[in-house]
Amino acid sequence: MHEMSIVASLFEILEAKARENQATKIVGVKLKVGKLAGVVPEFIASAFDIYKQDTIAAEAGLEIEEVPLKMRCRKCSAEIVQEDYSLLCPSCGSTNLEILEGMDLFLDKIDLEI
Amino acid sequence: MEKKVIQVREEILGSNKKIAADIRAKLEAAGVLVVNLLSSPGSGKTTLLERIVEALKPHHAPAVIEGDIETERDAERIRRKGVPAWQITTGGACHLEAKMVARLLPEIPAETRFLFIENVGNLVCPAGYDLGENLRCVLLSAPEGDDKPKKYPSAFATADCLILTKSDLFPVLPFDPERAAREALEINPRLRVFITSALNGVGIEEFVRYLVESREALLQGRRHA
Repeated sequence: MHEMSIVASLFEILEAKARENQATKIVGVKLKVGKLAGVVPEFIASAFDIYKQDTIAAEAGLEIEEVPLKMRCRKCSAEIVQEDYSLLCPSCGSTNLEILEGMDLFLDKIDLEI
Repeated sequence: MEKKVIQVREEILGSNKKIAADIRAKLEAAGVLVVNLLSSPGSGKTTLLERIVEALKPHHAPAVIEGDIETERDAERIRRKGVPAWQITTGGACHLEAKMVARLLPEIPAETRFLFIENVGNLVCPAGYDLGENLRCVLLSAPEGDDKPKKYPSAFATADCLILTKSDLFPVLPFDPERAAREALEINPRLRVFITSALNGVGIEEFVRYLVESREALLQGRRHA
C-alpha cells in the first residue's frame, strides 16, 4: 500500500505543471499504470480523491489506463504482449528481453483551466 | 477562461529514479557494490545479513542501511558485529525511497566495498523504488510457502537473485524449494537462486562468493567503459 506516496509524488508534478502554465484549476488527470508497476489502480484512485482536497486539483477527475507488459526479444526480435508475468520469449525461449512498457507509472496528460 | 490539455508523459517516480541513478554512479565510482534486500517481514533479512557481514568483514569492508517502520533494533544488531550501520525509520511508510538513502551517503566510510540496504519488510511496495542498487535480492523463507512468487510477481520480476532462506526448516515444512525456484524462474528466468540457512551456515559462502564476483564484474565493467 504505497499508493499514497505515489500520489504525493504525482501532486508534486501536477502543482509544478499548473504553475508553469499559470493554470487556475486542474480539471482532469490521466495516468498510465503498468501491469507490473506494483500498484492497484483502485487504491491510486482512492488516494487521489483524498489527496486532491484543498489543492488546485480539487475538482479534477482521474482516468487510469492500464498498460500491459510489452517486451521485445533481443534474440528473435519478436514483440511480446504478456498477460501473465513471464519474462520468457514465447517464440524462441530466450530470456534476453527488453521491457518496453508495463513497468512504470506515467502521468500522461493534464486538463487545465487558465 | 481558457481550457488547455498538456501532454506530460512524465514518470511519476521519475525523481526517485534520478536520485537512484546518482547514488549508483557515486558509489560505483567509489568501488562500492550496492545490494538491496527485499522480502516479507520475518523472512530472515537481518539474520542473513549478520552472517554475510561476518564473512565479508575480514577482507571486504561491508556497511549496512536498515529500513524499518520503527525502532533502531536492526542497525544495533549489525553494529554489534563491528560493522557500520544506519537505521532509517520511515514512521509508517512501507518502503524506502532513494532520497532517504542519498542523505546517508556522506556518512559511508571511504574503505566500504559493499553497501547493503535492507528494505522495509514488505514484498510489494519496495519493488517499485530503485535505491541505486547494483543487485536486487529477494528473500523467500520456508515458512512463507513455495507459492509466493506468482502471488507477488513484481518483487521477483525486478530482482537479480532469489534467496530461499531458513533451509534448516525444509524437512519439517511442506515447502518445496524446487517449486519456489521454478515459480520464480518462470516469472524471471535470469534470477540466480541461492539456498541458505543463517542457523547452520548452509549457502552463506556461496552467496558471499557471488557478491564478491559481482563487485569484481562491476569494477571490470568500469575499467572497460
